[in-house]
Amino acid sequence: MSFYVVQFLSGLASAAALFLVASGLSIIFGVTRIVNFAHGAFYMLGAYVAFSLTERLSGTLGFWGGIVLAAVVVALIGVLVEMLLLRRIYRSPELFQLLATFGLTLMVEDLAVLIWGPDDLLGRRAPGLRGAFDFFGQAIPTYDVLLMVLGPVVLGALWLLFHRTRWGVLVRAATQDRDMVAALGVNQKWLFTSVFALGVFLAALGGALQIPRDAVNHTMDLRIIVDVFVVVVIGGLGSITGAFVAAVLVSELNAFGILIFPKISIILVFLVMAAVLIVRPWGLFGKPEAAARQTPGLAVQPWRPLSTQARLAFIGVLVLAAALPLLGSNYALIVGAEIAIFVIFAVSLHFMMSVGGMASFGHAAYFGLGAYGVAFLAKLAGLPMIACLLLGPLLGLFGAIIFGWFSVQLSGVYFAMLTLAFAQIVWSIAFQWVDVTGGDNGILGVWPAALVATPARFYWLSLAITALSVVVLRVLVFSPFGYALRATRDSGLRSEAVGINSKRIQWTAFVIAGTFAALAGALFAYLKGSVFPDNAGIALSVDSLVMVLLGGVETVSGAVVGAIVYKALSIWLVSYTELSKLVMGGVIVLLVVMFPKGIVGTFDSLIESGKLSFLKRGSSRATQTEGAE
Amino acid sequence: MSTAAALLAVDGLTKSYGGVHAVRGVSFTLAAGEILALIGPNGAGKSTCFDMLNGQRKPDRGRVQLLGKDITGQPPRRVWRLGVGRTFQITATFPTMTVRENVQVALVSHANQIFNLWRSTPDFQRDAADRLLALVGVEGYAERPCGELAYGDLKRLELAIALANEPKLLLMDEPTAGMAPRDRIELMRLTARIAREQSIGVLFTEHDMDVVFEHADRILVLNRGTLIAEGSPEQVRRDPQVRAIYLGEGLVYDARHQEGAGA
Ligand SMILES: Nc1ncnc2c1ncn2[C@@H]1O[C@H](COP(=O)(O)OP(=O)(O)O)[C@@H](O)[C@H]1O
Ligand SMILES: [Mg+2]
Repeated sequence: MSFYVVQFLSGLASAAALFLVASGLSIIFGVTRIVNFAHGAFYMLGAYVAFSLTERLSGTLGFWGGIVLAAVVVALIGVLVEMLLLRRIYRSPELFQLLATFGLTLMVEDLAVLIWGPDDLLGRRAPGLRGAFDFFGQAIPTYDVLLMVLGPVVLGALWLLFHRTRWGVLVRAATQDRDMVAALGVNQKWLFTSVFALGVFLAALGGALQIPRDAVNHTMDLRIIVDVFVVVVIGGLGSITGAFVAAVLVSELNAFGILIFPKISIILVFLVMAAVLIVRPWGLFGKPEAAARQTPGLAVQPWRPLSTQARLAFIGVLVLAAALPLLGSNYALIVGAEIAIFVIFAVSLHFMMSVGGMASFGHAAYFGLGAYGVAFLAKLAGLPMIACLLLGPLLGLFGAIIFGWFSVQLSGVYFAMLTLAFAQIVWSIAFQWVDVTGGDNGILGVWPAALVATPARFYWLSLAITALSVVVLRVLVFSPFGYALRATRDSGLRSEAVGINSKRIQWTAFVIAGTFAALAGALFAYLKGSVFPDNAGIALSVDSLVMVLLGGVETVSGAVVGAIVYKALSIWLVSYTELSKLVMGGVIVLLVVMFPKGIVGTFDSLIESGKLSFLKRGSSRATQTEGAE
Repeated sequence: MSTAAALLAVDGLTKSYGGVHAVRGVSFTLAAGEILALIGPNGAGKSTCFDMLNGQRKPDRGRVQLLGKDITGQPPRRVWRLGVGRTFQITATFPTMTVRENVQVALVSHANQIFNLWRSTPDFQRDAADRLLALVGVEGYAERPCGELAYGDLKRLELAIALANEPKLLLMDEPTAGMAPRDRIELMRLTARIAREQSIGVLFTEHDMDVVFEHADRILVLNRGTLIAEGSPEQVRRDPQVRAIYLGEGLVYDARHQEGAGA
């Protein structure tokens, strides 16, 4: 019995950090409407900075001073980030805000490794709190007791701050109605900055307080952000009370899940989240959000099917690509096959993201499922390649059916957070279920059939499947289904009012996109001859987003161009620099801030504005206008 | 007029938002081919009524019947399939499609082809789409991005979309709000003509009393959620309660009332 009590109390202690980070995220979202993906990065920075400070400052005062000082330092970094980056994107579509803060996360990760090294750092124990209470024979660390008390104390302090100070009242007013506060003559810029600073302070404090309990390392950011997303999805984004209740709930589920179902504790949290989403899609304490504008709204150029010239050009490029084995080395062919596979991956995300307005931050889940599907069939069932290629993606299809059903109940940032959480679940299963997946060691020896075992033949196979996928998805874009999908993105109100069942359409699109991603994953497994948990990892999900963004979110063919350029660049980059995340993160931030239309989008607007008028086709004389609505 | 013959029969419709009683016990009927105006000051509950009629919101109490069939609480897409077209106070169209494609999407849905993965939508029932565009007078913009249209033309486009499923009933919430006075009169004349020709029942709201009196067969007056008067234009015009509200609001009958985007 006492064992369970102790387990419960330990869960409460873990809830503290989760609550601090989640409440910070919620406060920032309430006022700025930005879901700060970089919140996990600030949490991690808090831990690293606190580690360095407490190593240098001695004594009790030095320790606690170091913890608080670390949170202040990171909050100041947050202020810089807000002023230099976020102020430029407050009016951008939410996809871009998510991506920019994600880019930031990538950069911070590499910088942390650069400064503090890649190894786990063990911090100082809290002076005076090293001992443990005896609870009927079970030990409770004294430090955990402190954390248990801290959660409710911070909750109370935040309540006082928001109800008893002028600043807090202003923040609450801004959460209700931003424009009203501007009308009151309040300097909105500084209100935003101060709110962001508070949110970052809380996250960093949460991180700093972890050092006596846990080792500090550079994967803390993604681990916590996924948990935090689960917390805010359950508790309701924007609600501090919700963050508290859900943080306790999630921590307790984790604490007891480990006891009851050690292998699948993560599934337990997922089941609870799913149940909450069905009953209350906006979380336990959240309020329904007014539907966010789904269209990126950078341009209103309608999409047109390819002209005959463009089709001929496509075939021409394809023929040229097919000629690569005549000139290229084996290395070039392997790279070429990889690029082709990523074209399928990017185009599948484009279908749900650009056509359907569903920006998935976990598209790699389906890529990974496809890859593992092939590996299981090939290694465990011993099926021939052709059967594996056809049946393997079914695993991705089933995954998309289940995860997609839940995801399409939500939209905008909630959708993004949920898809990310699902992808993390897939990754965790691949990582933890060692008996079946081989865990971190992956599954090796997934070799293609002899018929396509040479680099040239495998390249041709990949190219053919890619060309077919691109054509099929393009036909879908212009099919009645594709238009109905785009209709749900453009105006949910109008599409429901003309008989379109938005959720069913979006679910179907999700499944189609997931299946094509799984097909890409299946090919990838054969290309590499092995599968690993990272085939479903966050980095890969972000890759797919960047490929679409780089090519141009609002174009039909952008994903193809984006995938080719991005993949070629990143293969080149990885072989030239250790700091690929830093560079990649920087590229994402720059893209969002300076180049939001992407390659094809920019090219199109150059044509439209007459700078490349010799390429202009048709009689459309559109101008760039803000999206209507 | 017996209830059995009514195209639309509304009985005791009620809705409140928290403490605000937006609509209280509204009952009326509408016959096929009849043009019925629902008027009342801003915040009277007109849009809320429309939302409950087409299923956008669920009423707290009351019933909505279409041709004798209870449709209360059915989602908008079902109500649409039963032959109810709707235009919105703030236009809702598909801004990234061309004007023609906007209508084609509705035609695709009407033909139950939404899950068709193969055909080309830009070629789908193009003639039917163009006929609808011509009917409302925006055929010249068929290839233009819908996001570029002037507001008045968007309102016309909405009408074309609403007509795409050959509706029996049109619900038009402030169809002319935000249009120039000349365009308002033209659009309502057009609507009235189409409604009479195709025997479509129309329920509309409108702030321009000239327009209301010219076209409505009957008028319902809503104030603070309750129907306070009902009758022919002549009867309503003389009703002392109606006069009081409209004078109190500073709206004499022919005053031009500029609608903002709110309410
Ligand atoms: N979603 C809502 N939440 C709360 N109150 C609302 C909402 N929609 C409308 N109301 C209120 O209901 C009343 C009726 O509004 P509405 O139906 O829009 O009136 P009208 O269309 O006649 O101007 C108003 O007092 C309005 O403030
Ligand atoms: Mg209204």
